[in-house]
Amino acid sequence: MGSRLPPSRNLGYVAAGGAVGAVARVALATWFPALPGGLPWVTLVENLVGAFLLALVLTLLTERLALDPAVRLLVCTGMLGAFTTYSTLAVELDRLLSAGALAVAGTYGALTLVGGLSAALAGLRLGQVLSAPHRHATNRPPRGTRRRRGLGRRPEGGGR
Amino acid sequence: MIWFAIAVAGALGASTRYLVDHLVSTRLSGVFPWGTFTINVSGSFLAGIVTGLLLAGRVSAATATVVAGGFLGAYTTFSTAMYETARLLEDGATRAAFGNLLLPLAASVAAAALGWGLALVMAS
Repeated sequence: MGSRLPPSRNLGYVAAGGAVGAVARVALATWFPALPGGLPWVTLVENLVGAFLLALVLTLLTERLALDPAVRLLVCTGMLGAFTTYSTLAVELDRLLSAGALAVAGTYGALTLVGGLSAALAGLRLGQVLSAPHRHATNRPPRGTRRRRGLGRRPEGGGR
Repeated sequence: MIWFAIAVAGALGASTRYLVDHLVSTRLSGVFPWGTFTINVSGSFLAGIVTGLLLAGRVSAATATVVAGGFLGAYTTFSTAMYETARLLEDGATRAAFGNLLLPLAASVAAAALGWGLALVMAS
């Protein structure tokens, strides 16, 4: 692995997914604004849903589907990466702390970390379960992937 | 119009994350995902600056939404951080997993507070 820049086509996939993920996240935050001093439910739900979906899709891509790396860049790095956020979480915690809402901040932080890790582990497990029957058929492409582009290429290949 | 700006900012934020992660993770090896750590802490610092400038009345709410919500929200990522933590746990690297759970959050909250304070000093 060198430190050369990734191909610009990869950036295109990440950018397209990032636009969709960011708009979806900000739209939800706009439609369901958090109450001042209250628990930021929208960010919490977005982050947990995103963590579950990313772990599920990445596990499926890695273990089962021989999809084009473009799907990984578009859906995982781009869309789900941008749909979830860490900076908003940090600022929301600071806002709660500066308002003296220590209990809410502690609850929010704990729910985020415990819920986020649980969601990712659940996505990982579900991905493994869904791909389990195909693990031994390594010399044949899994059913349903015959028509897909990029068959036989490795799912990684620039980007996560 | 603001939604178009948010979409562009989101596209730029995700692309920047992809590039920064590429640059960091090709230089630092080991089990700890330094790329995501660098991204989330630096993004939180910048989001703290935007928040401070917003509260000081130096930037509009629309600008803050596009920059902090669109760009920095898409630049930083929670899903990747949790996936990497879950993978560390799966691989039996329990200490690294819990370190990767707590350290980035503590560092990001501190970085955002630092940015916020810096913006208030700059704006005063």
